[in-house]
Amino acid sequence: MTSYLIYVAGGALLYALGTYGLLARRHLIHKVISANLMGSGVFLILIGLGNRAEGGPDPVPQAMVLTGIVVTVALTALGLAIIKRYYSATGLTNLDDEPPAGERP
Amino acid sequence: MSEHRHRTRLLPLTAAMLMLGVIGRAILALPTTGDGLAVPMRAGAEASGIPNVITAVLLDFRGYDTLLEIAVLMLATVAVLSLREDPAALSRRIAGGAGPVLGTLTRALAPIMLLVAGHLVLVGSSGPGGAFQGGAVLGAAGILLMLSGYARPAWASRRAVRWVLAVGLIVFIGVALYPLLSGGTLLQYPPENRKDLILLVEALLTLSIGASLVSLFLASASSTEGGGRR
Repeated sequence: MTSYLIYVAGGALLYALGTYGLLARRHLIHKVISANLMGSGVFLILIGLGNRAEGGPDPVPQAMVLTGIVVTVALTALGLAIIKRYYSATGLTNLDDEPPAGERP
Repeated sequence: MSEHRHRTRLLPLTAAMLMLGVIGRAILALPTTGDGLAVPMRAGAEASGIPNVITAVLLDFRGYDTLLEIAVLMLATVAVLSLREDPAALSRRIAGGAGPVLGTLTRALAPIMLLVAGHLVLVGSSGPGGAFQGGAVLGAAGILLMLSGYARPAWASRRAVRWVLAVGLIVFIGVALYPLLSGGTLLQYPPENRKDLILLVEALLTLSIGASLVSLFLASASSTEGGGRR
């Protein structure tokens, strides 16, 4: 019974994809999406590993994932709010560019 | 230019491959079967009178996680609310108004969603459901109403909304601290009314989670009239 490995491998791939996106993408919203992707990968790994038990799935990883989802919602909302405020203050969507001259508040 | 691009892609690619390798190595080192905590958790859930083992883990065995998680959600809500550019964002209509179809559908759906949210909380102790699921449905109902052009009703003052946001965390902390007075430990529910206390905490958490989801959504609504650009 190693069918849980499919979910775990999928989760690991999602996590790696998120790592790449977080580092390679410059647009801040892409970075938030990448962080969400990493989180989803971790959830998939936890749920997959919890399914190794023989008498039915282990409830502890499931409860941890439920907790994690709520924390991810909080993280995403806060990230988007900060990005929106940053955009309206500087007109930029990434951290690398200089703001256009004269528009710096 | 292409060399610069190449270099900026190489580091993220290496980091991603490294993470994949580390996770893969860690996973393959684990035994392929193992009950984890499933058996003691099920036995504990039976003994505590909460047959839904996930709810028992969330609010009883790992109640500390859930308490801190609610604190994180509230903290994020406070931060998002203080970052909002338009102080009236929570009470303004964010759409020009629903057409007849959307308006009627929303009026029909909202009471059903409230019913489903309440049902999810009540059955949460014995079946699939619980505070977070109920709160998500409640939040979705609120967001749907706001998107269909219904403004916040006059009886829901800013102060009232803030109390609804905070009541889940306040009561949860109170229930967590209360056993300390009689020499118990944090979050040690008294056995005789453990089920009632958990249901009370869950019901109030549902209200707070629903209110905070609506606030998180509305606080970032665009400040231009009629929804505008997002």
